[in-house]
Amino acid sequence: MSFRPTENTSSASKLALEIKGISKAYGRFPALKDVSLQAHDKEFLALLGPSGSGKTTLLRVLAGLEEPDAGEVRFGGEDFLSLPVRERKVGMVFQHYALFRHMTVVQNIAFGLTVRKRAEKPSKSEIKDRVEHLLQLVQLEGLDKRFPSQLSGGQRQRVALALALAIEPRMLLLDEPFGALDAQVRRELRRWLRELHDRAGVTTVFVTHDQEEALDLADRVAILKDGELVQLGTPNEVYEHPKTPFVFDFLGQACRMAGVVEGGRLRVADWESEAPKGAPQGPVEVFFRPDEVAFAPADGTGLAAEVFGISQRGPDVRIDCRIGGEPMELQAHGPSLPPGVATGLSVRIKPLRPKVYATG
Amino acid sequence: MTDRFTAAPVVRPLNDPWPRRPRLVEHSVLPGFKLSLGITLVYLALIVLLPLSLLAIRPWELGFDGIVKTLTDPRVASALRLTFGISLLAALTNAPLGLLVAWTLTRYQFPGRRLMDALVDLPFALPTAVAGIALTAIYAPTGPLGALAEKVGLKTAYSPLGIFIALVFIGLPFVVRSVQPVLQDLDKDVEEAAQTLGASDLQRAAYVVIPAIGPALLSGISLAFARAVGEYGSVIFIAGNLPMKTEIAPLLIVIKLEQYDYAGASAIGCAMLAISFGALVVMNIAQIYLARRGRA
Repeated sequence: MSFRPTENTSSASKLALEIKGISKAYGRFPALKDVSLQAHDKEFLALLGPSGSGKTTLLRVLAGLEEPDAGEVRFGGEDFLSLPVRERKVGMVFQHYALFRHMTVVQNIAFGLTVRKRAEKPSKSEIKDRVEHLLQLVQLEGLDKRFPSQLSGGQRQRVALALALAIEPRMLLLDEPFGALDAQVRRELRRWLRELHDRAGVTTVFVTHDQEEALDLADRVAILKDGELVQLGTPNEVYEHPKTPFVFDFLGQACRMAGVVEGGRLRVADWESEAPKGAPQGPVEVFFRPDEVAFAPADGTGLAAEVFGISQRGPDVRIDCRIGGEPMELQAHGPSLPPGVATGLSVRIKPLRPKVYATG
Repeated sequence: MTDRFTAAPVVRPLNDPWPRRPRLVEHSVLPGFKLSLGITLVYLALIVLLPLSLLAIRPWELGFDGIVKTLTDPRVASALRLTFGISLLAALTNAPLGLLVAWTLTRYQFPGRRLMDALVDLPFALPTAVAGIALTAIYAPTGPLGALAEKVGLKTAYSPLGIFIALVFIGLPFVVRSVQPVLQDLDKDVEEAAQTLGASDLQRAAYVVIPAIGPALLSGISLAFARAVGEYGSVIFIAGNLPMKTEIAPLLIVIKLEQYDYAGASAIGCAMLAISFGALVVMNIAQIYLARRGRA
């Protein structure tokens, strides 16, 4: 995983979006519980969470398509909730493109301009220029006369983005925009979207359930679970210092073991080490990434493990082992195996950067 | 330079298959094509084509001049004008109203929605004569609505307006039932997208909803129109059937039949058939054009 340098989010830059205490329930099911967060001007903010975490609901509240039961949304200091959808000037990109299928690409992109009131409507030639510029921006020159059904998924999503950008939105909202695309196209579009964001310089809120996408793309990531904001921070912060076991688990693969912290020492099974800073006392849950381990010979220190399977998967090697009878999946970066590791051997495993959370 | 003399191998681009003799019937993976086509042809011939071709043959007993004379008879011409004119008017009236009913039934949740939904089908299910008697009872000068209309100087029953009311009544379900499923399946996303892009409710309806349901609406209109042209039962009660004023073409056919003027009746029938067919063809072409836009 690659990380963007953190200086991208200078806390000095001015606040654009302020969300305060938003709650929303569908019948008796609470979709959002007292969510508060801010986005800076021109920031790229990702709302990350599993399905049902309320991230899409929050996005729809920002767009005005959903009305919260309580709370406040301000944009540039202005009360956003009192504005109807069409006056918010937010560009929204939907997961399933939401293009007008009886219109050509050009007509689609120009839609937001052609529906303006006469006084604010740009002239025909202005619209034409703007559309041409956008077509260039989303790299769809030459496809202007096509209908959406004649485009590929990736092309459709780029049209959807041009559509949203055409109104010169104050904020760009993206609802799992790459959800319906295959992995290759996704990765390409992700790069491209980030570049586009940097060039257009518009505050962007991006909903996704794909942690890799969020970490790769966003300036800051807001992690939601069951309608609550669990953690907010730069990709590096949330990955390196997950606040809860849920965040640790959600942001990557995790190995989990029970342990005890006593007098500044962490004890897990037959392995003892110095407890990480700020670790809670008493029984704890120990988390570590399957690839952040060191292997030692059986007579060294660490968790005693029995290797019972090794398989090469692309650039990585999966090492199946048993620790105290429990199967565990570890990872090493190929192409060669760590020394002393082979099927059927006993080894010792030392988690390099264990995270410790109080049990319960 | 030997290859100058060897024949170049024929290389065809991948997307250009070998030319083959155009086939009348494209091969389908579904079995039973011949059987199903055979049954379809026989069935259509028996049910539709045979009776209609007999209808087309019959009038020639009168000779060409006779047919022209029958159809240019002022009473016949006026009946044809009345039938097609009011049918078209009724179908066009049902377009916005039926659309509104379908819209209300699909877009809003309210108590009694299901009952209302069932009510729409009633004109389908009712024997047309029953509908005619019911409508006449209400719209006759002595009926509740008829008396009311009389006060403002409107004659409802026994006038073209009465015919119009009957035809609107029987045409409504066709429009509603054609549009409703399409409206139901319409992507909410697209409307929401239009909203975020600044479209007003009216613009949303005009640019997003109507184009999407256009083909279905048109098909509903043509069905309502076709039904109205052939409607007999409900109209003859309310129309009053005054020759040259409120006499519809189907009634004229019945009158001719009662006078044993079979050829004359067939002549009017043929004329109706030709006009109806022409109108349906035009509407179908329009529908295909609308449906093809954006789906090529």
